[in-house]
Amino acid sequence: MMQSKQKAMTAALDNGLADAAVEGRSLWRDARLRFFRNKAAVLSLIVLAFITLACVFGPMLLPHTYEDTDWDAMGIAPTLANTHWFGTDALGRDLLVRCLIGGRISLMVGALATIASVALGIVWGATAGFMGGKVDALMMRVVDMMYAVPYLLIAILMVTLLGRDFYLVVLTITVFSWMDMARVVRGQTLAIKSKEYVEAAHAIGVSTPKIIFRHIVPNLLGIVVIYTTVTVPGVILTESVLSFLGLGVQEPMTSWGVLIQDGAGVMDASPWILLFPAGLLSVTLYCANYIGDGLRDALDPKDR
Amino acid sequence: MSEQSKQPILSVRDVKVHFQVKGDGKWPWSAKRTLKAVDGVSFDLYAGETLGVVGESGCGKSTLSRAILNLIPATAGEIVWMGKDLTRGTDKDWHAVRKDIQMIFQDPLASLNPRMTVAHIIGEPLRVHKPELSEAEVMKRVRAMMARVGLREQMINRYPHEFSGGQCQRIGIARALILEPKLIICDEPVSALDVSIQAQIINLLKELQREMGLALIFIAHDLAVVKHISDRILVMYLGREMELAQKHALYDAPAHPYTRALLSAIPIPDPKLEKGKVIQILQGDLPSPINPPSGCVFRTRCPQAEARCGTEKIQLRRISEQSQSSCLLA
Repeated sequence: MMQSKQKAMTAALDNGLADAAVEGRSLWRDARLRFFRNKAAVLSLIVLAFITLACVFGPMLLPHTYEDTDWDAMGIAPTLANTHWFGTDALGRDLLVRCLIGGRISLMVGALATIASVALGIVWGATAGFMGGKVDALMMRVVDMMYAVPYLLIAILMVTLLGRDFYLVVLTITVFSWMDMARVVRGQTLAIKSKEYVEAAHAIGVSTPKIIFRHIVPNLLGIVVIYTTVTVPGVILTESVLSFLGLGVQEPMTSWGVLIQDGAGVMDASPWILLFPAGLLSVTLYCANYIGDGLRDALDPKDR
Repeated sequence: MSEQSKQPILSVRDVKVHFQVKGDGKWPWSAKRTLKAVDGVSFDLYAGETLGVVGESGCGKSTLSRAILNLIPATAGEIVWMGKDLTRGTDKDWHAVRKDIQMIFQDPLASLNPRMTVAHIIGEPLRVHKPELSEAEVMKRVRAMMARVGLREQMINRYPHEFSGGQCQRIGIARALILEPKLIICDEPVSALDVSIQAQIINLLKELQREMGLALIFIAHDLAVVKHISDRILVMYLGREMELAQKHALYDAPAHPYTRALLSAIPIPDPKLEKGKVIQILQGDLPSPINPPSGCVFRTRCPQAEARCGTEKIQLRRISEQSQSSCLLA
């Protein structure tokens, strides 16, 4: 009885597999399956999700605020004795809450500026590469011009003229970090455009937008993902530079970049002020890299 | 041939494809030069027939095939498909024609998108030209077509890199055939394959041609392959037509010195005969298509060239029931 049941199940399973094998599957479904098979990427995704959730909800649950001084605990090391688990800074502000609040800013800037600059870079680069000729030359000269503009000067000008604003920081960072992506994507597009499968698509009669989005962009993804993982830390660090110059977030509000810079100044006396935000930033960047690797491998069918 | 097939499905009339290339390079604004890749080619193609196109590298075979599909627009001349002049057609006309004319490419792997599964690659023409079909119907036709070209159904979710060259070419053929076109342009479909696989692919093409009544334009530089599959053969040199003849007429009695030189280079599968054979090696290099010789473009390498070859106007002319040649001496 047991055996026959098992046999039936095996048969059903075999049928299921056979059905699955002759049914069409898309690249995206395949990619999802492959991504979740990559342990490092999945673990990184979980850790990153945990850090994000902690940054969003942590400050509400903790007994301290990011701006109030605890007069009884100024510059104390991490301890389990009171509730300052990450210790406090020289002004007696709880470091854990400050790290989480700073994480909100850094993660937001990292995500928004990266998405915006990557999207702009892909659209700009792919258009230039695909159109070719004069359009290409003109668009790439714009990129060259952007490289030549001193970004700090422009950032200072924008903040002076328009006032300090979080989204202005994101905008400024985006405007000065999309050019690498545009160049790389243009180069790849030029290479892919002359491949025979693109010619085959033309011959079949596939429309131009569909050729770009079904045949060219999926083949750009590998390099785009790599460049994105390089862009994330750059963007987060740029934000800290802007903040350091008084152009980004302002005390008592903070970000990981600002916390690290504060901590670097007092690392002899109280290293934890440096180590906690630096550790969080490192872990986040590692996660971004592993997720990037996982995505790249998942999207490359040759890796199956 | 039946009465109905007397009407050509495709007429190519004096088609020219010229490219503007960089000038002499002394100055960025130096006058551009014209590269004549295809310079005045005409032929008719009838339903169910195979036209072989041969010639050495750079003679304009591939450019001609792309001009027929408007992948590279023709500079001059007419391409008439089923009585309709496409050279004056709109994008919409071309789109409609692409349902009937499909193409098979030289490099089997490079002509398949590495990030699409076989199901998507073969189904793409259906999705483009018959958007009204349901997903299940598309899949059904894809499976049927896979079976027809000799691919197992279980391979439907695989990606191109998981296949051998011959299998990739079968996928390419399936993609070209799924819309049941009337003409397939094969651009050296077997030159990247092993000899044993070449035979399989060519026999598959012949078989499908018979079943579906396809016309083929078969481009190759391997004369033995062309002889096997073609009804008529067009010999090209430096973008011009040298000879256009029925297969047997061409192989038995070549009417152009260039054709004779090409044919003498075919190895004979008999060591005794092969030993005694005289290969007529052409002297000199292929002239530049930017600055072709006057008159007959072949005269600089022709063993029989005379003074008038450089001055007279050269045209393809009928020299017998079965063949046309552009040689003045024929």
